[in-house]
Amino acid sequence: MAQLSDLPLKHRLLIQGYPFRRVDWRPGTRLAKPLSQARIALITTAGYFLASQKPFDQSYRHNDCSFREIPWGTRADQLRIGQSSDAFDHSGIEADRNLGLPLDRLQELIEAGLVGASAPRHFSIMGSIVAPGRLISESGLEIARLLLEDGVDAALLVPL
Amino acid sequence: MLQSIVERAGIATVSISLLLEVTRRVQPPRVLAVDRPLGYPLGLPHDAELQKRVMLASFDILPRAVSEMLVVEFQ
Repeated sequence: MAQLSDLPLKHRLLIQGYPFRRVDWRPGTRLAKPLSQARIALITTAGYFLASQKPFDQSYRHNDCSFREIPWGTRADQLRIGQSSDAFDHSGIEADRNLGLPLDRLQELIEAGLVGASAPRHFSIMGSIVAPGRLISESGLEIARLLLEDGVDAALLVPL
Repeated sequence: MLQSIVERAGIATVSISLLLEVTRRVQPPRVLAVDRPLGYPLGLPHDAELQKRVMLASFDILPRAVSEMLVVEFQ
């Protein structure tokens, strides 16, 4: 398992002083239907965006709290990478975008009958956000609303 | 944090963690801990079978009712 001590000093210091917010999610929501009947959404912090979309703003200390909708039908190799944090090795997602948002794998699991369906859209935000309060108020609640609107049963979050 | 908001809205959630020290500070509902380097949450590039095993392991946790953070280690 990776450890904080694996990170460069500046990132360790950032994390140590980071204003993590605990959102009380209890009593929680379990998936109450078989996976083979469930509609699944994916959420990544890789900062992926499409060529047709506005890139994430990387100029303001990684503090772009907006999100991008990634429509179902998008292939992983169509995604562009907006996440520029040097806290992790980017070569993996550069070689295969599925490591951050496994769209192609979800398609295969659906074709195999293991997963019921995909949400009509998936979501991408930036990682390394220094103002989590804004991320929650500006994007978090809206993403949750859109997932409900799409009839999503469960979401897999892939933080990078 | 985003995970907790989505769960609170009424959607079952699970996240992949490569860094449990950080995840524990946020206390989301369900976590699959994956022993891979940072930047490789789904495993190896172009290893479709491994990526799908990670996904299915995370989906396996979704039916679990939880009252505090549940961490399952990916085998």
